[in-house]
Amino acid sequence: MRAIDMHTTMAHPTRALAEADRLMVICNSCRYCEGLCAVFPAMERRNLFKDGDLNFLANLCHGCGACYADCQFSPPHEFDVNVPRTLARVRGESYQTYAWPGALSGLFARNGLAISLIAAFSVAAFLLGFFIWADPSVLTGTHVGPGAFYRLMPHNVMALLFGGVFVYAILALTMSMRAFWRDIAGNTPAGGIGAFLQAVKDAGSLRYLDGGGAGCMNDDDKPTDRRKHYHHATFYGFLLCLASTTVATLYHYFLGREAPYPWWDLPVVFGTLGGIGLIVGPVGLLVAKFKRAPELLDETKSGMDVAFIVMLLLTSVTGLALLVLRATPAMGVLLAVHLGVVFALFLTMPYGKFVHGLFRFLALVQHARESRGDH
Amino acid sequence: MVDLEKQYDVLVVGGGNAALCAAIAARRDGASVLVLEGAPKFYRGGNTRHTRNIRCAHDAATETLTGPYSEEELFDDLLRVTGGKTDEPLAKHMIRESKEVLVWLQEQGVRYQRSLGGTLTLGRTNAFFLGGGRAMLNALYDTAEELGIDILYDAPATAVTIENGMFLSATVTHESKPHQVRARTLVAAAGGFESNIEWLKEYWGDAAENFLIRGTPYNRGSVLKMLHNAGVQETGDPTQCHAVAIDARAPKYDGGIITRLDCVVFGVVVNKHAQRFYDEGEDIWPKRYAIWGRLVAQQPDQIAYIIFDASSLRLFMPSLFPPITAGSIRDLAGKLGLDADALEKTIGDFNAGVRPGTFNHADLDDCRTEGVTPPKTHWARRIEQAPFYAYPVRPGITFTYLGVRVNLESRMLMADGKPAANMFAAGEIMAGNVLTKGYAAGIGMMIGSVSGRIAGRGAAKNARN
Ligand SMILES: Cc1cc2nc3c(=O)[nH]c(=O)nc-3n(C[C@H](O)[C@H](O)[C@H](O)COP(=O)(O)OP(=O)(O)OC[C@H]3O[C@@H](n4cnc5c(N)ncnc54)[C@H](O)[C@@H]3O)c2cc1C
Ligand code: SF4
Ligand code: SF4
Repeated sequence: MRAIDMHTTMAHPTRALAEADRLMVICNSCRYCEGLCAVFPAMERRNLFKDGDLNFLANLCHGCGACYADCQFSPPHEFDVNVPRTLARVRGESYQTYAWPGALSGLFARNGLAISLIAAFSVAAFLLGFFIWADPSVLTGTHVGPGAFYRLMPHNVMALLFGGVFVYAILALTMSMRAFWRDIAGNTPAGGIGAFLQAVKDAGSLRYLDGGGAGCMNDDDKPTDRRKHYHHATFYGFLLCLASTTVATLYHYFLGREAPYPWWDLPVVFGTLGGIGLIVGPVGLLVAKFKRAPELLDETKSGMDVAFIVMLLLTSVTGLALLVLRATPAMGVLLAVHLGVVFALFLTMPYGKFVHGLFRFLALVQHARESRGDH
Repeated sequence: MVDLEKQYDVLVVGGGNAALCAAIAARRDGASVLVLEGAPKFYRGGNTRHTRNIRCAHDAATETLTGPYSEEELFDDLLRVTGGKTDEPLAKHMIRESKEVLVWLQEQGVRYQRSLGGTLTLGRTNAFFLGGGRAMLNALYDTAEELGIDILYDAPATAVTIENGMFLSATVTHESKPHQVRARTLVAAAGGFESNIEWLKEYWGDAAENFLIRGTPYNRGSVLKMLHNAGVQETGDPTQCHAVAIDARAPKYDGGIITRLDCVVFGVVVNKHAQRFYDEGEDIWPKRYAIWGRLVAQQPDQIAYIIFDASSLRLFMPSLFPPITAGSIRDLAGKLGLDADALEKTIGDFNAGVRPGTFNHADLDDCRTEGVTPPKTHWARRIEQAPFYAYPVRPGITFTYLGVRVNLESRMLMADGKPAANMFAAGEIMAGNVLTKGYAAGIGMMIGSVSGRIAGRGAAKNARN
């Protein structure tokens, strides 16, 4: 009997899900990898693998690759076991499955990078047009001091535009998280705040991206921790940028202090550090991705992954350029481009790789809840 | 770079646990080492790829072991499984060394994990490899490469030149060409002959055609045979092998751990004539596990069927293939190609003989039959709750026990009783010295690591003199 004819526990709508079911049956009979990460203990709690179970396991997987290098049945063995790639495929599909509104999901899946870039440039062009329409001389002039940006575009217009897209992103993300959670949480008794905190810790430290202690597999089967560090730079860089924007908003509305702020002020410090993180991290991740052993990757999703990483990178590059050149005539154009990129980033967030962080977090919460039952 | 022209200090033939431990130990003692692995790179490491744990003595609980396991206790366990037939001085020597090996392996990059679901009974005695045997091997290979050990894959040794107990050279076939490799010493660590069906047939007759080989297809015993032909003493019973009942639908080779079935105790086992043939409730795991391979091998066409009902389905570890399912015993017989009347009668007779008792599958309970032949002495429960299930099973050969005789240094002994001048053996190829029959989980890897390390050190020393 060929590997491909082997057993799944039930029928599934996609090939990736069926393959994941087949692999989970194999792994459940083997269990050699149970010390590597959360996926295997979570799998052992199950006999049947419903779509929701597989989406849960897939989002619990950090793609470290350890279970591929360690598997005695990985190809060319006839059982053809490739857990990292299969779960990456399921994970990629799960972002679409639970996307809100559903109609938009496929669009981004197919040409994520192109759509993100087009969105960024259209918005940038629109803003430039807006600036010029409002006052052509403003664009080429040099502006310094509080309120300099708002000479190009009134703060309220900016807030409306970006507040709007931000609220939309939050709404869409919330809806898809809700759908995902409903599917994976099942009837597990609530784990309370403990499970939540455990998940915060596991996610914050990327606990499971280390192959059970050996480190993550990158370009070959020799483990290192590089991806983990780049991911930390990206994630914490992103949080710092978010903090920067939040503080700036608070300054604006509650203290009446207007951007741009001096270099030592919180929004700039957060933004600069975050921006650096968002350059080092994504560049590292991109390089790692291209160097990575191809058999570990889900090649169909790389467009989406790349789109998100590139948009993050562009956000930080344009943001830092704006910081450095804000007192020069280039400021107008840079502001338009930066805002365009940020706008596109938020717009595409609910449909791309960004979702992985939220789903992974929910999966970790669920794992923590289930683990409590083990003791 | 591998230089087949050069004379190495130590030539290691084989690429599993024993071979790598020998190579690393020899290299750490300053020897130049060449490893010849007969298999392609992916399949490197023979049966070691399929292992999960190692049984070593240790004085105290560790991070990964729940309690101490003394040398005496391990020796007693060995005596128990072999029925007292072991080379006692060698066994005791190896068990003493096993204590160090547990830590030594960690120093070579091997990682252990706590034993988790389904294996807790071994948590005190056995160290479990994090990620399993292939992860363990990957670590050893990485270390070997870092130390500058030369490794050639796809390079089976096809002949050896041995004069009066002195190894001179080996012929290796690489990229379809034969090469002569010279070395000052030899460590033979090429496993048993379990994947050589022709050879198995010498002892089992045509029945061996129906055996499934659980591990690597590359352990064909060629090195073992060469050594015997060159006058090295044999050890171990050639008819002995570790055989368990595995799913008959498993591939011929290399199906590994996931095709095992451990549900014999939950039902009855019938042969192709729908007749029971042995007490399914005789003993607890792992003893019963290791006898069912032989029992099935003795049945016509080497096939049998484990039959149980809905009440037992979730009581044992899942396995690769789903059970064959039917709503009635009659339909089940149809699906299995068995005589329906005969199967109904066998199950009916069995059910009629079941006495009331308190079922406890973790212990020898009091659920048994009366007036049925053969009896089922524990865990006997009526098979009556539809749906009914069956797993077809065949003998799955894990490894063979025939090997070469060695002394305490793991140095081969020649037919005349004299130690070989420069030849050592490690792992399965010499396991028969201490493991004459029976099996205790994790002992194969212990023998491999310990004998490998001893042989490697001895070979390095021998090469210097
Ligand atoms: C499914 C399964 C599970 C097991 N689980 C365990 C376990 O959990 N714990 C345990 O202790 N034991 C276990 N065993 C037994 C264990 O695998 C063996 O005891 C152990 O691997 C023996 O080690 P070795 O190095 O002697 O042989 P192997 O690991 O089999 O290595 C033999 C090597 O020799 C090579 N070779 C063969 N012929 C030639 C040639 N002519 N030239 C060059 N190279 C050659 C092979 O390619 C292979 O690399 C298991 C076995 C199987 C099949
Ligand atoms: S990935 Fe391979 S080794 Fe790991 S649990 Fe699954 S089948 Fe076993
Ligand atoms: S996190 Fe790593 S070890 Fe776990 S399933 Fe994913 S790739 Fe395998």
